[in-house]
Parts: sequence; C-alpha cells; structure tokens
Amino acid sequence: MSRPAPRLQGAGFVAPALLWTLAFFVVPFLVMGAMSLATLEGRTLVWGLSLANYTELTEKAYLWRAVMVSMEITLTVTVVSVVLAYPLAWIIAFRVPQRWQRLALLLAILPFWTSYVVRSYAWLLVLAREGVVNQTLMSLGLISEPVTLANTRFATVTGFVHFFVMLLTLTIYANLVQLSPNYRRAAMDLGASAFQTFRHVILPLTLPGIVTGAFLTFVLCIGDYVTPQILGGNTELTVPQVIMVQLGRRADFPLASALAIVLMAIVTLVYILSARWLRLDRI
Amino acid sequence: MMRLLPWAYLIVAFVFIYLPVASLVLFSFQDGGLPVPPFEGPSLRWYADILSDGDVMAALGNSLLVAAGSAALACALGFLAAYGLARHVLPGSALIRGLLIAPLTVSYLIVGLGLLIVIQRTGLGLSLMTAGIGHVVINLPLCFAIIYASMGAQQQNAERAARDLGADEFRVITLVTIPMLAPAIAAAFFLSVTLSWDEFIISFLLTRFDVTLPVEIWSMLRSGLSPRLNAIGSLVFLVSVTAVLILEIFVFRKNRS
Repeated sequence: MSRPAPRLQGAGFVAPALLWTLAFFVVPFLVMGAMSLATLEGRTLVWGLSLANYTELTEKAYLWRAVMVSMEITLTVTVVSVVLAYPLAWIIAFRVPQRWQRLALLLAILPFWTSYVVRSYAWLLVLAREGVVNQTLMSLGLISEPVTLANTRFATVTGFVHFFVMLLTLTIYANLVQLSPNYRRAAMDLGASAFQTFRHVILPLTLPGIVTGAFLTFVLCIGDYVTPQILGGNTELTVPQVIMVQLGRRADFPLASALAIVLMAIVTLVYILSARWLRLDRI
Repeated sequence: MMRLLPWAYLIVAFVFIYLPVASLVLFSFQDGGLPVPPFEGPSLRWYADILSDGDVMAALGNSLLVAAGSAALACALGFLAAYGLARHVLPGSALIRGLLIAPLTVSYLIVGLGLLIVIQRTGLGLSLMTAGIGHVVINLPLCFAIIYASMGAQQQNAERAARDLGADEFRVITLVTIPMLAPAIAAAFFLSVTLSWDEFIISFLLTRFDVTLPVEIWSMLRSGLSPRLNAIGSLVFLVSVTAVLILEIFVFRKNRS
C-alpha cells in the first residue's frame, strides 16, 4: 500500500474546512460586495458598478443619522463598560481571596450566557413603565409617577453595558492576574502611592487587555440588531436596524449590502486605529 | 470606610448583573397575567402553558437539532483542519489559518445577510438546514482555534510512537490524537452548542417555517410582557448555564489538574 505524499495528505485534512469557509463565507461576502454596487429599478435588480447606494448615505438624512446614532451608542457603551468593568475585575483579582476568585469570576459572567433575545427582554421587564425599577422607586416614595426608561437610548445602552461589563471583566481580569506582583511591590518600595502605582505601572501594563476588550465591545455592539430593536423603541434607528428594514419591507438588498459594507469599513478603521495596542491572539 | 468600598462596589455590580436574570426567573413563577411586581405565587402555570404549546416545543426541538448538528460538524471540520495544519507542512498555511479565523471578525448580521443573498440567488429554500450552515460558519473558527491551540509536541510524540508500532493514519487519529485532545474537542463542542443555541439573527434571516427557539421567542415578543416569555426565557437560560457548567466542571477543571 502506498501512502499519498505528506503534503497532499495534509491538504486533504484542511480541504473540508477550507471549502466550507470559501463556499459559505467568502463567496457570500463577495456576492454581498457586488450586490452593494447593484441598483434596484422598481423591483428588478440591475447588476452593475454603481456607487448610488453609497452616495445615498450622504444624501438621505435618515441613513446618515443611523450611522451617527450607531457610533454614539457604541462609543458610549464602550467607554461606560470599560469604566465599570475595570474596578470589578480589579476587586476580583486583588481583593477576593484566591480560593474564591474562580467562583466570583464564574458568577460575574454567568448571565453572559443568556441568549441575547432573552437578556434584552429581561431588561424590558426591569425598565418597563410598570417594571421592577419603577415599582421599587415608587414604593420607596422617591417618585410619584413612573419614569419612562424602556424604549429609550438609555435602555439600549443599559442592555449593552450589562453584557459588555461581563465580557470586559473577564478579559481585564485575565490581564490583571498575569501581572507579576513584583511590579506592584517594586513601585510601592520605591515610594509610589497606591494611585501612582496604578497610574504609572498597572494601567500601562494592562492597556493591551483594555484595548482588546474595548475593540471586541465596539465590534459586537455596532453590529447588534436585537438590543436596540427590543429596548430602544423606534424613535431612533441604528445601522443594523436600518439594514433589517431594507431587507423586510422594501427588499432593497443593494442598499442593505452597502450599509453592511459601511459597518465593516467602520470596524476596519477602528481596528487600524487600535492595532498598536491590540493583542487579539491573547484572548 | 475605604476598606469596605471594594465590597460595596462588588455587591452593587452583582445586583446590576443579576437584576434582569432574577426578574426573569422570579416572575416566571407569577400567578397573575403580568410579569411585574407585586409578585403573586409561586405558580407553575406558565411552565405548564409553554410545555404544552406545540409551536414552542417544536422550536425547542429544532434548536437542539441545529445546535447539536452544527456543533458536531464545526468540531469535525475544525479538528481535521487543525490536524492538517499542525502535523503537515503546507504551502500558504498562514493564509489558510487567517481565512479559517476570518468569520470571527465579521458580525453575525453580515454573515447571515451574505448567506441570505446567495441562497435566494441560487433558488434554494430557507430551512433549518440553511440556519445550520450559518451556525457552522460562525462556530468553525472557534473550534479550529481551540483545537489547534491545544495541539502540542506531546501528542506528536505519541503519534510517532503509534506509527512506529505500525498504526495507519486512521488509527493514529482515532486511537491517539482524538483521545489526547478530548478536553479541547469537548470544550469546542459545548461552546459551539451554547452559541448556536442562543443565536438569533442568522436563524431569523435563514429560516422560514420551521424556526429555532430564539426566533420563536422573538415572534412572541410582539405581544409585549408576558409570564410565558419569562418561563421560556428561564428555560433557555437554564440550558445555557448547564452547558457552561459542564464545560467548567468537566473540561477546565480536568485541564488544570
């Protein structure tokens, strides 16, 4: 029995996964790119090399507005999540006793595994007019009328922040426990205060972890349809919501494709801007 | 005062993290028609209600099928690719690795949109199968990365020994490589099951008549707050948490010891 040449054999192992990725990811992606250059005349699709879908972005106010809304929400969510998650990761890494750390971390990220439809619905329960927050505040006598919390940008941001605080706590914790305690000890021995140690030693050393987590947050947040759709109401639409409107009511696949490409362009731009500190292989 | 501050922060953070989940689960036992305070109950009527709902149960079965099927396929493809790349010298292997990982960097909405366009162009119908194809696309990179990362020289020596003793390639893989990599393969499988089980947007775009559970929940959401949604949401959460705990207890614990 003759064995096939090793090189061919290796290729045979890789081929199924490679073909799958080519057929169901690369090809659809290229078709989507071509689709973004096509136009819709009436209801018929005309293939071509038109930039009309992209110029529409600057011409039609609601499209440009959606890009702005998406950017504002995503940036707010990223900053707030990092600011809230860092102390949490810090406390779990340096204040919680060693033997409880793994349990504390597991507990802190357990709701991360709720389906995002269910998680957004759960926030609706909490924030609704007759929901938990309003009822609690009213029974405490802090407010006399229910406050509108659901179907606002605040609700969308809260739903997102909840999710990403858990994700970032995990990535920042992983970064913090990798630090040798000697750095802290050395800084302290040299007379640095706790704050100075943090500002000049710990923070710079954990910056790659923060940026990596923030980048993940940005990417996942800007592409999400479910959270703003359930929690944000219909007063302002994000780019994924506008894409879904194009697919549903109008069946305008060219415009939907162009918007998807724009989303990817934004993510790529953010990647380039943060590449200096990104350590994606360390996740 | 300063000593207590971290603990106060920890408590507030945990309240924030668990507030939605606790509300979801607590009011799934509500005896009334609205899942909001005051709590009346406990009652299991809404669980009985959804468990006897044919549409919900069908969607639950569909979800399990798609999750298990797509996770198994993603693991198989990911394992083979990892084995090929770790054990053989291939031209352009860095490029191949990059290509296999690429779907991770693209949002699920875009993966789903691309597949939807192609499927509509080719005239194939939308079904559970097309949703499953989408789930393999998003899970394959993870399976590949997890299994590839755990392939070390240690297994390679055992594989060489087996080959010297006359085992053919198939036996080497099934009797040596796979058993040695079992923790990584199990981790990849359960992670894929969890992600596929919870996934909404790809299933929403790529299914039609038979839908998965998140899509069914989505259509139930249109009628607003309801204890039925709390009950079904709590069940979905329970399944995900079980998968994660299995992963934690059996895979990661073993890995560390």
